[in-house]
Amino acid sequence: MTEKIISKFFDIKDSHTIDVYEKHGGYTAIKSALKTKSPQEIIDEVMKSNLRGLGGAGFPAGRKWSFIPKNSPKPKYVVVNADESEPGTFKDRYIIDHYTHGLFEGIMLAAYAIDAHTCYIYIRGEYVRQAERLNEQIKAAYERGYLGKNIFGSKFDLNVYVHRGAGAYICGEETGLLESLEGKKGWPRLKPPFPAIEGAFRCPTVVNNVETIAYVPTIMEKGAEWFANLGSERNGGLKLYCVSGQVKNPGVYELPMGTPLREIIMKHAGGLREGRTLKAVIPGGSSAPILKPDEIDVNADYDSLAKIGTMMGSAGIIVMDDTTDMVRALYVVTRFYSHESCGQCTPCREGTGWAERILKRMVDGDARPEDVDNLVRIANNIQGNTICALGDAAALPLRSYVQKFRAEFEACVPAKHRNDKPEEESLMLVD
Amino acid sequence: MNKVAFSKEALDEFEDILTRYPERRAAMLPTLHLAEKEFGWISPEVEVYIGELLETPPVKVREVLTFYTMYASKPRGKHHFQVCRGISCDLLGCAKIKAHLEKKLGLKSGETSKDMKYTITEVECLGACETAPMMQLNDDYYGLLTSAAVDKLCKDVS
Repeated sequence: MTEKIISKFFDIKDSHTIDVYEKHGGYTAIKSALKTKSPQEIIDEVMKSNLRGLGGAGFPAGRKWSFIPKNSPKPKYVVVNADESEPGTFKDRYIIDHYTHGLFEGIMLAAYAIDAHTCYIYIRGEYVRQAERLNEQIKAAYERGYLGKNIFGSKFDLNVYVHRGAGAYICGEETGLLESLEGKKGWPRLKPPFPAIEGAFRCPTVVNNVETIAYVPTIMEKGAEWFANLGSERNGGLKLYCVSGQVKNPGVYELPMGTPLREIIMKHAGGLREGRTLKAVIPGGSSAPILKPDEIDVNADYDSLAKIGTMMGSAGIIVMDDTTDMVRALYVVTRFYSHESCGQCTPCREGTGWAERILKRMVDGDARPEDVDNLVRIANNIQGNTICALGDAAALPLRSYVQKFRAEFEACVPAKHRNDKPEEESLMLVD
Repeated sequence: MNKVAFSKEALDEFEDILTRYPERRAAMLPTLHLAEKEFGWISPEVEVYIGELLETPPVKVREVLTFYTMYASKPRGKHHFQVCRGISCDLLGCAKIKAHLEKKLGLKSGETSKDMKYTITEVECLGACETAPMMQLNDDYYGLLTSAAVDKLCKDVS
């Protein structure tokens, strides 16, 4: 029987309430930490656990916390990223619904570790019911004295507020999120300064994904070494993998970090539907470069997936069987990035829209001869030329789908256009 | 311009929102959510009013209002069908679901019925891919949709 940490609460009745959480050992880590551990000891423990930033970037969580200046006179903030908007990702919704107080206990530990007394949970606007759950359980925690002044009878104060977004993928990017928290449109900021130095309201801020924070109580309770050993090298612990698309049992699967991708799809998610064969897999949310069936014998962790030219991202695994039209799939993915580009940087704003228009005419069977190469050229002109990673997120699928399934894209050029001269527009691209 | 104003309850909630942030302007997103609940949609008059409440020029309100897709800058139907068109939903046939809903309600995506009962919007990934194809109807998610399930939803709200 493999270890479960968060997902064991998914099937427990009323697991989102304080009483049930405490019945299963909840709130012991924070109570003990407030009495016996220094903030630095918590940071050290999280660092040793190899807990990575599980929202997508995979940055070591303990190191992120260690960047918060120790002697700053400014207030410090913990901001929880519950924007969960990378297509194919839905794990944070489960955590909020079922492991609500686990998340809060993680917030308390993080806040104590960096000496923050205010936390904002930035939740995507569409998660109305989850925002309600958070608010109702925050209220319950205040009533017990678990939040507010002198939590658990200690000298530590902590307030937690829920801040709802309003429909913008870019607000999952940590600096776009901070702008949105401050009441502005979610335009990502230039870094440096990093949020650890100047984040929310120009104060030192740690921004962590829901899942990252939710693993902290268990790390403190069972020890860094125990947690690190559950995963693979430099990728500690378990991970909530989200499997969707054309598989028998789509869902959230909590497995050791580094579980082979093939095993996640074929065993845990039940494999493909009857009579179907595998065509492609997106391993980490729709931004991740796509994999062909012969590439999925890889361990699903940050380092192993990066090594084969794709990424773990948010662990949103999207499975495509042989019925999938790759041109349409790329059109749908690119339409998303075009719709969600915030408009700040020209290469992303113009490039994603242009690629979407090309793909639309490909889907309609009316592509031009230069279109296939232009998709790759557009991707090359976006990547690395924008403030935030949304540009790269749009470029990576463009390039990988065209490279790996080129014949399907070329087949979209009808005979009547085969000898057309390139449109002037394409001269704008730099090779 | 007609002067709009929050009810007493909404004003109390607004005051509570202000206590959460060190800066007044940070209350922008929650105040817009509150205003939408209060007035149904954000008219230019409401934009000016929120600007006054937050002590910020109305253009800053409009900038936020038009950046985020969820806010209603024109009136919406009582039942807002938001059909997910994300990649996982697309792989599992959301186009058919959308077409069926459009036919059923006699509306195209982006339109509101004349009696202000229904609006259909196509939206990007809603984060419930394990239940694809899915949609959001007002505040709730409905997944594993079939034509029959759409018929039932429509019947339930009619």
